[in-house]
Amino acid sequence: MRIRLAFIAGGLAAAVVIAAPAFAQKQGGTLRVSHRDNPPSASVHEEATISVNMPFMSVFNNLVMFDPKEKINSPDKIVPELAESWSWNADKTKLTFKLRSGVKWHDGKPFSSKDVKCTWDALSGIDEKQQIIRKNPRKVWYKNVKEITTNGDNEVTFTLAREQPSFLSMLAAGYSPVYPCHVDSRTMRSKPIGTGPFKVTDFKRNEAIKLVRNPDYWKKGRPYLDAIEFKIVPNRSTRVLGFVAGEFDLTFDSDITFPLLKDVKGQKADAICEARPTNVHTNLLINRDAPPFDNPKLREALVYSLDRQPFSDILSQGNDLRGATMLPPPAGVWGMTQDELQKLPGFGPDIGKNREIARGIMKELGYGPDKPLKIKVATRNIAIYRDPAVILIDQLKQIYIEAELEPIDTTIWYNKIQQKNYQVGLNLTGAGLDDPDGVFYENFYSTSDRNYTAYKNPEIDKMIDEQSAMTDVNKRKAMVTKIEQALLKDGARPPISHSVSNTCWAPAVKNLVLQHNSIYNGWRLEDVWLDR
Amino acid sequence: MGSYLIRRFLLMALTLFGMSVLIFVMLRLVPGNVADILVDSAGIADPKEKAKIAKELGLDRPIHEQYVSWIGGLARGDLGFAYISERPAIEEIAPRIPISAKLAGLALFFSVIMGVPLGVISAVRQNTALDYSLRLVSLSGLSLPSFWLGLLILMASVQWFGMIPIWTNEPRSILEELMLLSIPAAAVGFRSSALIMRLTRSSMLEVLRQDYIRTARSKGASQTTVNYVHALRNALLPVVTIIGIEAAFLVGGLIVTETVFNIPGVARFLVEAILWRDYPIVQNLVMLIAFVVVMVNFLVDMAYMALDPRIKFAD
Repeated sequence: MRIRLAFIAGGLAAAVVIAAPAFAQKQGGTLRVSHRDNPPSASVHEEATISVNMPFMSVFNNLVMFDPKEKINSPDKIVPELAESWSWNADKTKLTFKLRSGVKWHDGKPFSSKDVKCTWDALSGIDEKQQIIRKNPRKVWYKNVKEITTNGDNEVTFTLAREQPSFLSMLAAGYSPVYPCHVDSRTMRSKPIGTGPFKVTDFKRNEAIKLVRNPDYWKKGRPYLDAIEFKIVPNRSTRVLGFVAGEFDLTFDSDITFPLLKDVKGQKADAICEARPTNVHTNLLINRDAPPFDNPKLREALVYSLDRQPFSDILSQGNDLRGATMLPPPAGVWGMTQDELQKLPGFGPDIGKNREIARGIMKELGYGPDKPLKIKVATRNIAIYRDPAVILIDQLKQIYIEAELEPIDTTIWYNKIQQKNYQVGLNLTGAGLDDPDGVFYENFYSTSDRNYTAYKNPEIDKMIDEQSAMTDVNKRKAMVTKIEQALLKDGARPPISHSVSNTCWAPAVKNLVLQHNSIYNGWRLEDVWLDR
Repeated sequence: MGSYLIRRFLLMALTLFGMSVLIFVMLRLVPGNVADILVDSAGIADPKEKAKIAKELGLDRPIHEQYVSWIGGLARGDLGFAYISERPAIEEIAPRIPISAKLAGLALFFSVIMGVPLGVISAVRQNTALDYSLRLVSLSGLSLPSFWLGLLILMASVQWFGMIPIWTNEPRSILEELMLLSIPAAAVGFRSSALIMRLTRSSMLEVLRQDYIRTARSKGASQTTVNYVHALRNALLPVVTIIGIEAAFLVGGLIVTETVFNIPGVARFLVEAILWRDYPIVQNLVMLIAFVVVMVNFLVDMAYMALDPRIKFAD
């Protein structure tokens, strides 16, 4: 109920914002935003964090993007950006984009189809010698790209190995900007060049990221803002106090937890705060390649041990969402409904019964109250990871597992997981876009660089490829559900909850539309204006 | 004196050399290097990517070669390239040093200007209401962590004045900078002032019971002359030592204060660099801190001589 209310309130707030009459829009002003930390770099293609997307997405353009006026990203709400139009060939393996002419990079050089080609040649690994990126976390998104060809300066064609309906959605994500061919990766990491509505003037670590209006922006009359300043304030209390005191117009994305929301509204009654799912979910990592969890029965016991409600109650005052790997509706396009979820192992409403099953398995394996299984639960040494890990440890006691918390320095977390140097881990996974290809390929496909648990299941790989090629949405949705069930049965990153959090802004900030099924999209900010 | 100074400078150089080896080795003993972290930050688990970055940053070279390259560069004034920002380390470090130096200087000034006079007053008014009150203040100074005090100040500012004294923009004038730094300096200097006050008080009490103080009084010297000329000067020796130590410890205090008040100083930058294993930044900054500590120790020793003419440094 509370979740629904939060969505309704958010929806109403957004409706008011969208309904603002066009004549009221004002040009000028600097949007001041608090930023939680130092982004690892400014290169969107090289990173996988909102710390990079939020400040730097507005520096770039995509070929296409999810309609920034819509809250839900879905394949039927994709609008052109650097591409004026697109078309598929008959067997849907060639996607041709007609590109805008007269677009310029921030350094004055002309944008052309060569830039599109070199960006995706690098991203798909077709041309590994491209110097525009150093790291490539989403290479698997483009594993189906066979070739990219240009036809003059204003036409580019992607040839796919097979049909892939999600391909356009992946190109529409905030993680898919077009990069300039003539700029090296070092520059893109420190002071990137884009075609977007804002240019980077300064990126000073521990201080600020400063963007100014691109006067040559191809979309006439945009952006409205003169500048955007992201102030890097690592201390959350300071950030929140700064927002309350009027030092910032907008908080960092999803920075305001539900307990903090009360403080913010108490001290700044006119603040507009919107709750939305972050499409980041908490899940378990189970090391299936080493004892004791190489035993599938033991993994099954873990799946049945979880009581998801206390996680939500304790961590977000009951606002987090129950879901499997894909974000559940209404915000999620592909996730299971609550009724469907009930049928999944460990998701049933009778927790006592679930745990009875888990205890039965444990006893079968020789464990019991007098002979508990002793394990370590590893997690990143950050509060948002540690807190659910502590709840997990408490719940595991119910099925004769005595767990000890093993906080891992965040800098070596993936290293440890990759080296299989853990038994059970508590992890958070964010989805760059709400799409099964994006989520499954990235996290579960055996050849993915982001599949850091090195999960390998040829059956699952086959199912992922199969759903990826399906054009019938309903059939595909059924296949997605089947994959989710299979993953859960196999103990592959059993999901606990999907987080919901708040972003707040001052009433002077107009036209800000937050997207509800991915925090990584929707930060172009070209339509945002300030009423002051 | 001359040969003492030469010996002393040689010792300082040796200490700094030892520090350089220690920092260099310790940094590399910590699990994870910058290549691991850069790749991890993108959630990638590809050893090939790590190896590529490690090679690009020269981390695949033998450790002694890396050390010689760093020390050689340092001797030539070349601090190397920061791994994360990919800019010359000097460009990253240099603008931040004055900010932290001013903050530390102000904090030290605050702690001395508060600690020493209040310590003297507390001693000469021993066992009075004023003494008890000052001791209470000093106790609270020792027990309140500076980050907590800083947050309290920020909350009070927002609640009562509707503003927040944090660094969001470069100050436009010296006055504005002074205003901006004085509150965090007070927060970080409060603990040191309490320590200095307590030490000044106990040292003064000890000195005030000495025969030469009684002699000064019997010669008809005024109470002020006795307290501030005869007693304080002699009581200051241990206080100067603690001021020296506190100056070194201030860096630790600055880390949290710079974070709470969002000051883009060198202390916060150092922590960030350690987390990212940004070796060129960490090595050079720790060397700078080591140099400052060694110099402060030297100055404290010199101050002994100035305060007590009986102290001579043997050749």
